[in-house]
Amino acid sequence: MPDPEAIIQIKDVEKNFQVGEIEVRALRGVDLTITQGSYVAIMGPSGSGKSTMLNILGCLDRPTRGQYYLGGEDVSQMDDDTLSAARGKRLGFIFQSYNLIAQLTVIENIQVPLIYQGVELKDYDERCKELAELVGLGDRMDHRPTQLSGGQQQRVAIARSLVNDPLMILADEPTGNLDSETEHEVLEIIGKLNADGKTIVMVTHEDAVAARAHRVVHMKDGIIAREVTN
Amino acid sequence: MVSSLLLNTVQLGVKSLMLHKLRSGLTMLGIIFGVCSVIAMLAIGEGASYEAQERIKRLGSTNVIINSFKPPEANDDSGSNQSSEIDYGLTYEDAARLQTTIPNVGDVVPMRIIRENIRFGRNQVAGQVIGTMSAYPKVQGLDIVRGRFLSQMDDKHQRNVCVITKGLARRLFPYQDPLVNTVRIQSVYYEVIGMVQETGTIEQRPKKGEAEGEPIDNNVYIPLSTARARFGETIVRRSSGGFSAERVELHRIIAKMKDTESVLTAEPQIKQLLKRFHEQNDYELIVPLQLLMEAEATKRMFNIVLGSIAAISLLVGGIGIMNIMLATVTERTREIGVRRALGAKKKDIITQFLIETIVLSVGGGLIGVFIGVATPLAVSYFTNMMTVITPWSVLLAFGISGLTGIVFGLYPASQAAKLDPIEALRHE
Ligand SMILES: Nc1ncnc2c1ncn2[C@@H]1O[C@H](COP(=O)(O)OP(=O)(O)O)[C@@H](O)[C@H]1O
Ligand SMILES: [Mg+2]
Repeated sequence: MPDPEAIIQIKDVEKNFQVGEIEVRALRGVDLTITQGSYVAIMGPSGSGKSTMLNILGCLDRPTRGQYYLGGEDVSQMDDDTLSAARGKRLGFIFQSYNLIAQLTVIENIQVPLIYQGVELKDYDERCKELAELVGLGDRMDHRPTQLSGGQQQRVAIARSLVNDPLMILADEPTGNLDSETEHEVLEIIGKLNADGKTIVMVTHEDAVAARAHRVVHMKDGIIAREVTN
Repeated sequence: MVSSLLLNTVQLGVKSLMLHKLRSGLTMLGIIFGVCSVIAMLAIGEGASYEAQERIKRLGSTNVIINSFKPPEANDDSGSNQSSEIDYGLTYEDAARLQTTIPNVGDVVPMRIIRENIRFGRNQVAGQVIGTMSAYPKVQGLDIVRGRFLSQMDDKHQRNVCVITKGLARRLFPYQDPLVNTVRIQSVYYEVIGMVQETGTIEQRPKKGEAEGEPIDNNVYIPLSTARARFGETIVRRSSGGFSAERVELHRIIAKMKDTESVLTAEPQIKQLLKRFHEQNDYELIVPLQLLMEAEATKRMFNIVLGSIAAISLLVGGIGIMNIMLATVTERTREIGVRRALGAKKKDIITQFLIETIVLSVGGGLIGVFIGVATPLAVSYFTNMMTVITPWSVLLAFGISGLTGIVFGLYPASQAAKLDPIEALRHE
């Protein structure tokens, strides 16, 4: 039975990839519980299974074995459409390479998750503007991604991840492409979101970045090697 | 809610297409040409066949027209400077036999047609004297404008009365009421008892360059018995060193059948009947209904050819669209991954790319409709060719363009939806 306190609970999760004849065991039995309002960093060497784990947490992939409860619902049993709905309603994503849509303006990019919620976009105009202002882009709302710097693009992505008021924000190396100054800016914003109560799960390989989290989960060869609480 | 999503998707489609204006424009060309050519060619074809059919219809679709026809061997018989008389053509007996032996025959109207000058005072107009019966207006579309047509009594008593066409009246008595006057043909005076307007006969098809509705119509109708008595049956032509004479009883017989079905069954029966009593091939049958059916068959053929051309050009256009959309899907794999991560279901991705394709094809279709409607109008304006733009051809062409978008958009869209979100996000 899932822990009622936890927004995320994975139990004995395994993930295998079939590459030709060989079966790659990316996750080999992982248990993890994340409670509301926590700030978790996932660290580990390249190939240790960080991204695979984040993809499963993000409902982008299903575990080969094991259970995953997201807000009390068993994700491992969901079909493609239900997974899409779960992502759209309950999760926010921040990617290393920002992943904004080139033909849309800042404000339109922020709206994208709402499109698939079947809501009237007009009702959310205010909220989208507020989010743009929150990340400091109130004066850039009609700009296109190509007219923005990397840091600015990542800030748009953060605003976009918040628009559906998600249970949890998942970030895979969100500062991997940024210089140290803009890295600092972006981490400040993420820290502030957590301070306001957002649950954050972030993959990173930088100690300085991980240091901002409450919990650091160290992975190695597809299992959790150790956990540190800051 | 649903409409807001749809509107959003259409806007997005337009935006995505505007990102590559030239490419989108070139892709649309195929559809533009396809739709435009369908509408324009159908309009021109429809116009041509409409004209042909109108002409044939004026001959009467339930009529069988039999013309006397000078047999070619008769020419050879006549000596170069010898006086000769040729006897050929339809007879009064033929007309009587047609009336009594052909089933479902209605009126059988015999005609004599003589070219003569028609005179009034000092005015003289070359025209045709047509000796016929009272049923003539029934078989040949004739509007009686003034007075009445010839009656059976006129024929019985060989009265010197005539009915003239409006055109002739205008030429002979431009300033007088024709009905109180008489016209002179050769040396005989005929009292004008009526005026008619012909809607068309074989000789009176409007020729190219003439305004529609103004056929040459210098006709004078007189009772058949009167024609026989006044003009005889022999027409003499003087030629150098002698004369030639032709004896023809009737120049034409029009048999009006009860309905169109009977026309086709009657045709071989009439042929057989005439063959039995004519040694030489001195008559010809014209069956307007058959001409009409032939015209329709030709039109059907034309439409099939046209349909094939249109189908091929739309197919080519569709393949062009599919090609571009497949390239677009590859180009935008990352975008697809992002949208999937942000909550888009497979069907949302399908809708997005399908709508983009439909925007392309319907956009091309609209431009095609515009050019396709303008082309026949321009053709009609600059030449005197008739064109008819039928609403269904516009709907058809436009509908097919939309359908092309759906058919050729489905594959790229499903390819896009099939992408694994994680793979798509990783795509460079
Ligand atoms: N789609 C895939 N197909 C095959 N192997 C994969 C796939 N994704 C990840 N792997 C493998 O799983 C292991 C873990 O990968 P990943 O989770 O990306 O590691 P990390 O993000 O920690 O660098 C690696 O050995 C990787 O090669
Ligand atoms: Mg990784």
